[in-house]
Amino acid sequence: MPTLTVDGKQIEFKQGETVIEAARNAGIDIPHFCWHPSLSISGNCRVCLVEIEKMPKLAISCSTYAAEGMVVYTQSEKTLQARNAVMEFILVNHPLDCPICDEAGECKLQEYAYAHGKGESRFEEIKNRKEKRVQLGPHIKFDAERCISCSLCIRFSDEIARKNQLTFIKRGDKVTITTFPGESFDNSYTLNTVDICPVGALTNQDFRFKSRVWEMSKTNSVCVGCSRGCNTEVWVRNNQILRLTPRHNKDVNNYWMCDNGRLNTFKTVNTSNRIDGAFIRKEGMLQKASLEKAVLFAAKSLKEFKSGEIAFIGSAYATCEDNYALVKFAKMLSVTNLAFANHIIPGDQDDILIREDKTPNSLGAELVGIKSGPGSLNLEGILKGIREGKIKALYVMEDDPASLSDEFEEALGKLDLLIVHDTNQNRSTTLADIVFPASTFAEKNGTFVNFQGRVQRILPSVATAEMDRALDGMEMSRWDKFGTEFDRWNQGHKYDAKPSWKILTMLSLQLGSKMKYEMAEEIFSEIANSIDAFKGLDYDKIGELGAQLKIKQTILK
Amino acid sequence: MPVQKRKKDLNIFGKLYIPEIVKGMALTLKSMFRPNVTLLYPEVRFDPPASYRGRPVLVQEPNGTGRCVACGLCARVCPALAIEVQAAETELEKERYPQKFEINMLRCIFCGFCEEVCPEEAIVMSKDYELVFANRNDAIYGKDKLLVPIDNLRARLEFLRKFK
Ligand code: SF4
Ligand code: SF4
Ligand code: SF4
Ligand code: SF4
Repeated sequence: MPTLTVDGKQIEFKQGETVIEAARNAGIDIPHFCWHPSLSISGNCRVCLVEIEKMPKLAISCSTYAAEGMVVYTQSEKTLQARNAVMEFILVNHPLDCPICDEAGECKLQEYAYAHGKGESRFEEIKNRKEKRVQLGPHIKFDAERCISCSLCIRFSDEIARKNQLTFIKRGDKVTITTFPGESFDNSYTLNTVDICPVGALTNQDFRFKSRVWEMSKTNSVCVGCSRGCNTEVWVRNNQILRLTPRHNKDVNNYWMCDNGRLNTFKTVNTSNRIDGAFIRKEGMLQKASLEKAVLFAAKSLKEFKSGEIAFIGSAYATCEDNYALVKFAKMLSVTNLAFANHIIPGDQDDILIREDKTPNSLGAELVGIKSGPGSLNLEGILKGIREGKIKALYVMEDDPASLSDEFEEALGKLDLLIVHDTNQNRSTTLADIVFPASTFAEKNGTFVNFQGRVQRILPSVATAEMDRALDGMEMSRWDKFGTEFDRWNQGHKYDAKPSWKILTMLSLQLGSKMKYEMAEEIFSEIANSIDAFKGLDYDKIGELGAQLKIKQTILK
Repeated sequence: MPVQKRKKDLNIFGKLYIPEIVKGMALTLKSMFRPNVTLLYPEVRFDPPASYRGRPVLVQEPNGTGRCVACGLCARVCPALAIEVQAAETELEKERYPQKFEINMLRCIFCGFCEEVCPEEAIVMSKDYELVFANRNDAIYGKDKLLVPIDNLRARLEFLRKFK
């Protein structure tokens, strides 16, 4: 491989890489605003200027190709001088908005000004005034004064979202961003521009002013909005999710995620219709009961049915661990009627990220064994069985069959026993005889298998009543570390919920089984030992970026 | 062990403490004619100098609005984690304001860091040293107690301009 020297360090590069890329791959970060590894090169911000031996002038490292034997200095006096000059130039018209700007704390301009700026300005004139609250499409507010005209947002919408909606208008220091006449910045991926905007010019309307970035903890997770399973970070303060941001994974979502996944998937975690504690139907009404009582009641009720009269519905929303526990539980009761519902919106997909399968784990549910075998009923069969009176008891885990069709809802009313696990109230839970409170994706450990057959981990970021951030090894902000029960900023509600596998474990103990799991990880190692596709995997091997399962391409849709 | 003898045994005069009593009475007499430093609190109250760090308060402009833009820097710098700020959006020119601003006076250690870090000169140390509460909840002061008209804070603001 060819090599070049950066700051005295010999580094290898691939032919066709630019200096900034080569340096970055070797762990040397050259300051940049307008460059992004996944977007075309623009070279307008000039902050990545570096000194290169035998070149008469400084060169911008984002558009200079690395060459054999090149000698680059990113910290030489000449480079630093140029960088400081560029910073001073950019700061001429940048408002002193940091105290009211959401970007503060994760702002490149702030960081570079701190590291490379002079600390004082020679500019004595009055700064440019521009519009500060422009609504650019449904989710984004644009502050024209803060924009440093790096054009990243324009390039993103042209090249990644493939919608030509944004453009520069005017010239010189009057230049600003706007949408084309008659257009709104409303494609499915707009909020990624908020992430890549190096300053606080573009802000997320949904998150705006909700929290300073340093007040939140962030936890690695996976989006549950569709079967892509974009890698995310979940930002939590006071036990509430305030925003999701994408996490880089070149094999799944690159640097991006869609607006729907970012804005809507976490809204079910902290909401008024969360199921908080277990419920049992008494005198026709669902009444709150302790989990232990509900488990005892469920065990007693299930015993009254023959195995042929019972059916189980698993879930493509639940983790592999939850579904595996359900399969095992069904086996224990010798029940073979086992199915899960697909949630596909035909045509609602693109060739960027969004998939028409709106669940995160349909492949995983199938792989761990939620499927009908020979002689057992599939979903339609279960519906038919209920209507004909053959199926008398239904156990539903984390799905809402009543919303699938009116017939299904009507059929659920005919059952002698309906047990439902769910996170939020829905049409099925209102019909249920016993409701168990399930933890959401943000409250448990587990794995999902995305449409590519890639198994990825979710980690708990929100604590339930049984959890403790410190003891359970969850990410903690400064506020989490030092808060006491008397601090109002530390009293965020903890829902009384448990992961479905835990509820199933409790229930199976009442029915005399040996299903004894303490941690999701134990279930996963059992999956890895018993199911070929998962062979050899464990949570460590899945790691932060997931692992590809060994499955036949034909299974992948 | 041999009994130690005192270096200087007192004579009868000394034993009666008469010179000491006379000395003491003389001091008392002198003090009766010195100016009084003790205040008859609570009838008479101490008015501290501008450099005094009493409880932190929020500056309220004459038009009734606060100066605070809810940047959260005071909450970040506070070594005792006494401050909680929740920002929200307004139509006013400074787009941001604290929807909730609470200081837990049981946590505050009167260090003045919040005042020092504030970019808006919105939080200052007042002269108020009378902090009494009967339970933990009363010790958490909200905006109603924290906002103080700027006219009552002129001396401190003056002091800060000069010495900060
Ligand atoms: S809005 Fe942000 S991303 Fe777009 S040009 Fe301005 S600074 Fe760059
Ligand atoms: S594409 Fe799918 S997984 Fe990715 S952010 Fe959108 S909804 Fe979530
Ligand atoms: S005076 Fe010190 S301890 Fe008190 S609120 Fe301010 S920063 Fe916190
Ligand atoms: S530092 Fe000043 S402006 Fe910022 S939140 Fe505190 S009081 Fe308000």
